[in-house]
Amino acid sequence: MSFIDLSKNEVQCKVVYYGPGRGGKTTNLLYIHQAMTEAVRGKMVTIDTKGDRTLFFDFLPLALGKIQGLSIKIQLYTVPGQVMYNATRKLVLKGVDGIVFVADSLRVQKEKNVESLENLRQNLAEDNIDIKEIPLVLQYNKRDLGGSNIPILSVEEMEEDLNQELQVPWFTGSALKGDGVFETLREISKRTVKYVSRKLLSR
Amino acid sequence: MQITALSFSEAEESGVGMDLVLSKESIDNIINVLDDDLLRAGADCVILVDRSGNLIVNRGDPANLDVVALAALSAANFGATAEIAKLIGEDDFALLFHKGKNENIHFTKVGKGFILITLFGKDVSLGLIRLNTAKVTDQLIPILGGEQ
Repeated sequence: MSFIDLSKNEVQCKVVYYGPGRGGKTTNLLYIHQAMTEAVRGKMVTIDTKGDRTLFFDFLPLALGKIQGLSIKIQLYTVPGQVMYNATRKLVLKGVDGIVFVADSLRVQKEKNVESLENLRQNLAEDNIDIKEIPLVLQYNKRDLGGSNIPILSVEEMEEDLNQELQVPWFTGSALKGDGVFETLREISKRTVKYVSRKLLSR
Repeated sequence: MQITALSFSEAEESGVGMDLVLSKESIDNIINVLDDDLLRAGADCVILVDRSGNLIVNRGDPANLDVVALAALSAANFGATAEIAKLIGEDDFALLFHKGKNENIHFTKVGKGFILITLFGKDVSLGLIRLNTAKVTDQLIPILGGEQ
């Protein structure tokens, strides 16, 4: 749910990073947090991490400048990817305006990616949101493992698994090194702001 | 007091989630209510957020306080306790209270979609805060678009 404050000419939107466990959602946020200046970003909040897994969510607020006199504030959240934390995922998805689906390029995660996307579709449907309507961007993460001896999925295969029906923008990425992180963020921000303003203008 | 809030409940029906637009006048009305009934009663800081974690208004002295993070965490806290409520056969809890050594925090549900957060010190009575937040909640609901 976006919120528009006309006294400050400010719009706040919520973008959620979704995807299978250990796919790099938190790493995306950490990279954004490290790379942005303090003028743009707020404090990153990470709750209850046990080892390197997110148990509740991570949160990072960003101020992305102005569009037609309106200040744009985007709040980035991640969800816990592990299957058993679905109640938490639903909670974090509440009021979402845009989604980045971070898919894991590791071949062993092929099915997990598909399951997680299906889980997203179901959770959105429970809130009466159509996955084809809400802004969604895919990120095929961990491409830097391409040169190693760890088997990874080809981009074509990931496209076929995840994006054949959706046909949404996608980026290859290596969140650890920062590749594709800002391209993904730029695209989802652009789409989310457009989506929110279209909803408001259509009234 | 003129009410000029636009609440897009039809958006909720159409399945795209509810958005909230508040005019300057509505924000001013909210500020007046929070200042008159909570800050004057001794609260250090009063914050209104929505249940998806957006910060709507903050009043008082939030020095050294990250209100944006507080908004996100409060929404999450409320969501998590709503799950506890369901486990014991309740839909939701109307208020939460956390007591610290020097500073206390009180959360009240406002309509279906908003949370009022009140920070107050050990010299202010919880009863007074509870009484005044109930009064404030009744005044905020029509400003926020008549949510029940």
